[in-house]
Amino acid sequence: MTKIERNERLIRLCLLVVAFSAISVLAVITIFIFEQGTPIMFKYGFKNFLLGQDWYPSEKSFGLFPMIVGSLMVTLGALIIGVPLGLASAIFLTEFSNRRLARILKPFIELLAGIPSVVYGFIGLMFLIPFIRENLGGPGLSVLASSIILGVMILPTVTSIAIDSIRAVPDSFREGSIALGATKWQTVKMVILPAARSGIVAGVVLGMGRAIGETMAVIMVAGNAAAIPDSILAPVRTLTSNIALEMAYASGEHRQALFATGVILFVIIMILNTIANLTSARQKKR
Amino acid sequence: MRIKPRIEQKIAQSVLMFFTFIAVLVLVFILAVILKNGLPQLSLEFLSRNPADMGREGGILSTIVATIYLTIIALLVATPLGVGTAIYLTEYTVENRITRIIRFGAECLAGIPSIIFGLFGFILFVNRLKFGWSILSGGLTLAFMVLPTIIRTSEEAIKAVPASYRLVSFSLGSTRWQTVTKVVLPSAIPGIITGIILSIGRSIGETAAVIFTAGSALRMPTSLFSSSRSMAVHFYILAREGISMSKAYGTAAVLVIAILIVNLITYYLMERYIKHRS
Repeated sequence: MTKIERNERLIRLCLLVVAFSAISVLAVITIFIFEQGTPIMFKYGFKNFLLGQDWYPSEKSFGLFPMIVGSLMVTLGALIIGVPLGLASAIFLTEFSNRRLARILKPFIELLAGIPSVVYGFIGLMFLIPFIRENLGGPGLSVLASSIILGVMILPTVTSIAIDSIRAVPDSFREGSIALGATKWQTVKMVILPAARSGIVAGVVLGMGRAIGETMAVIMVAGNAAAIPDSILAPVRTLTSNIALEMAYASGEHRQALFATGVILFVIIMILNTIANLTSARQKKR
Repeated sequence: MRIKPRIEQKIAQSVLMFFTFIAVLVLVFILAVILKNGLPQLSLEFLSRNPADMGREGGILSTIVATIYLTIIALLVATPLGVGTAIYLTEYTVENRITRIIRFGAECLAGIPSIIFGLFGFILFVNRLKFGWSILSGGLTLAFMVLPTIIRTSEEAIKAVPASYRLVSFSLGSTRWQTVTKVVLPSAIPGIITGIILSIGRSIGETAAVIFTAGSALRMPTSLFSSSRSMAVHFYILAREGISMSKAYGTAAVLVIAILIVNLITYYLMERYIKHRS
């Protein structure tokens, strides 16, 4: 073997090792979170964690049910607000608006995807909370406020992915539909959206992941009471905020219970990821 | 009753336009509020003095410095790993089970919420490895967080290099590694830089992963092991604990402007890159 061949082999080996960095990090994160979080779940029983209603860490009562419900509620709310707005913007900018407007607005919306989530939370705290408190009642800090803030936050994500997948639909589809006498809206509804569906779904799932995983913005506007909210104007605590709020001072079993919260969040996210991967894989196949 | 297609078209178009208008309006509002309230706070003094009295007085210099250090560490670690992964995936192997596993890992990692990264960094770097709350712990945690972004953008950039470039290089007798370093990487650089800049933006704005790993000390960081507070964390604490809304707005404005500049550069590079390619 020549020196060059040996070097090439060495480089290939090094790159292979490096290439495993992402999956190794994923594995290490999984191991650490589960190692820290599962023992206490075994000790007090999975059922008590998943379905227990009371979160009193000092009395060894670790019911996460209100937080699971809370996370699902605000995520659903975020989707109800963010998806129609995001999707409508995407359709309008790709199919209905003139080119110049789209050329300005698309980058603008994408630029805003980078604004830190804390900023969204802060705006919610300063403007949305007082508005809800004065006009709709309740403390303001609520499911509604969290949903709106998260919905606005995922809007750029949903819009830009939807724009990309609508643009990926071949023009021949549009021309064929218009040639058959369909209006633009009929073309969008019956041809373009079905063709772009899996890309749009992947965008929505991604937005959903962002919403359910968001922490700091939610803490600022959710009110964080560890109880199942009885209306959309009642305060709510999510899984993420449960961790962030108490991590600073928790110790012993309390800290382990926060890692158990992390385990549940992790499992939910992995399920979402797998769904997103499957849908995007299906689109690639087609 | 069936609505006439022409009328349905009109209604649909108006509704879509209205929704787009709302979406854009909300985003403009957020930007406008931050800049309107934040810009008057900005001054040379605000940028060049350390916070005093928990952030009520003074500027935000130490938090800017901490943010820069954290970002640099994150990129120093994540860039070689990410670009290396991308090179392996595109140049050194064909699609098989191993590449699928690697891609799956990267995609899952991209979906993990930052608070989970925070928990992980806290246990591994702060506790187990005894780095404590420090620039180092925070930077490494951020590195793992931005790794998938760098992998994905580098991979796209390397894939976009025309196959003919490689063939010419091979025909001249160069090895694979020579081809990668002398031919592929130089033409993929703008795309790779785009990914790096995108990661800078994410690192600057991150809060949840940083607060549990880098801590929240207001001192000027002096070494890799000093606990320190990033701009985003500082902003979060000012706003959440109601310490000073005017300073919070000022910090937010610096954050937002920094990120907008970073994203604008990315956008510009990408546009130029796409034009260059096609």
